Amino acid sequence: MIWIDIKRIIRSGWTNFKRSVFVSIASVLVFTITLSVVTSLIFLQATLHNSLNQIKDKVDVTVYFTTKASEPEILSYKNSLEKLSEVENVSYTSAAQALQNFRDRHADDYLTIEALDELPDNPLGATLDIKAKDPTQYESIAKYLGANDALDTSGASLIYKVNYNQNKMVIDRLNSLIAGAQKLGFLVTLILVLISIMITFNTIRLTIHMAREEIGVMRLVGAANRYIRGPFMVEGIIYGVVASVLTMLIFLPVTIWLGSHMSAFLGLNLYHYYISNLFQILIILLGSGILLGAVSAFIATRSYLNK
Amino acid sequence: MINFQKVSKVYPKGSVSLEDVTLSINPGEFVSVVGHSGAGKTTLIKLILAEERATSGEVFFENLNVGRLHNGELTKLRRKIGVVFQDFKLLPNKTAYENIAFAMESAGKTDEEIISSVPHVLELVDLAEKHANFPHQMSGGEKQRLAIARAIINEPELIIADEPTGNLDPVNTYEVVQILKKINDLGTTVILTTHNKGVVDSIGKRVITLEKGKLVRDSKEGKYVL
Repeated sequence: MIWIDIKRIIRSGWTNFKRSVFVSIASVLVFTITLSVVTSLIFLQATLHNSLNQIKDKVDVTVYFTTKASEPEILSYKNSLEKLSEVENVSYTSAAQALQNFRDRHADDYLTIEALDELPDNPLGATLDIKAKDPTQYESIAKYLGANDALDTSGASLIYKVNYNQNKMVIDRLNSLIAGAQKLGFLVTLILVLISIMITFNTIRLTIHMAREEIGVMRLVGAANRYIRGPFMVEGIIYGVVASVLTMLIFLPVTIWLGSHMSAFLGLNLYHYYISNLFQILIILLGSGILLGAVSAFIATRSYLNK
Repeated sequence: MINFQKVSKVYPKGSVSLEDVTLSINPGEFVSVVGHSGAGKTTLIKLILAEERATSGEVFFENLNVGRLHNGELTKLRRKIGVVFQDFKLLPNKTAYENIAFAMESAGKTDEEIISSVPHVLELVDLAEKHANFPHQMSGGEKQRLAIARAIINEPELIIADEPTGNLDPVNTYEVVQILKKINDLGTTVILTTHNKGVVDSIGKRVITLEKGKLVRDSKEGKYVL
């Protein structure tokens, strides 16, 4: 019995969709706009996330060791740092490597190189570059460094300096910037999605308002409420599905263009992002389209069914 | 079958549509309800269908108090009543066949029953060839015959025809009345509202006359007198 009902409801919804061509086209277009907003926001979030990650990657804390510190001592200190939960990774640069880097960086600076050559020993110490999992965690890493000095056997400190305090201002500013950008992005997303949902809901309400006399007739003929409401919900779901597919197709050329022209600016090739997340995006669009269509129709028919 | 007990209906702003109406209709009767426009004929019908609720008094269909039914019970009540309207009230996006099939689907009939019954009833009202037409592709008489076909398809106990001939020419009017008489002859109760004197006189059965919301005359084998 219930299967017969469901079969009839689906068939009736499909027939209505086919017969009221103009209403269907208009509704699908409105749905497509809403889903395009959703897709654009997915891309916006991805781009924002990607750029923030790139910036985060450029921040680190460097520990400069004295020239007396031996390699095993530094490496054991590195090990203890890597055990911290806040630390993403620690990279070691030996004194010789640091000197080589310095020479490379100042290769054109003849005077500096000459002065360096005058020195009997390597004046540079080894360094450890520490990357935190999250920029907000540099503070606690710096605290750890302050409390757990690396000492040699005689008890003298091996650490020459930690550049956290010099970077602190940049790090703090970056943290508030990232937090702000994420909050703003979320807010904008929320507002745009809400507006699109309201527009879509109103479109469905209008199509059902046009059919209000039909609903009255169906009630007089003795149709149960779910039997009247069902086809409208099926129609809404069809709008959602067709609009999802349409949106996916529209974004294919859009991302190809963005991928070939805007990748440098955005720091992310959106076409590659789109293709590698094609399935997830389709699921998100189908899910929101179907939900929006069904729920809108459910709510919009309610006022005509409870009279 | 139908009982009105001291029923009054007052619309907001105080316009009285029915005043203290008491009447009863037995199974198998053919009752014509006559009166000028605004006499309360349509309100009487709407009260039976629970489209409107009485301001005071009670309306019974068999032993159901119509004014107190919930949504689900209302649906069941309406399946026992076939209704024909002056403005047909067909579903515009459905073909003649689908309009009738919809009424059967609503009543929970199987596909087999629908496939065997719908062509039969379309034949009965002489619309077999128009089964794939939409209402807007049919004439007034054809639409009204389709509405009658829809009203009788579920074999209701009561047929209510509210001014069914109001929009029709004399030939179509005659046909519709003949179909209603035939339905009544087969045992179904029929309530017909009209202000067409010729129609009432040609039927020659019980006539209830309303005037300004009051029941002023109830005569067996009556004529249209105002």
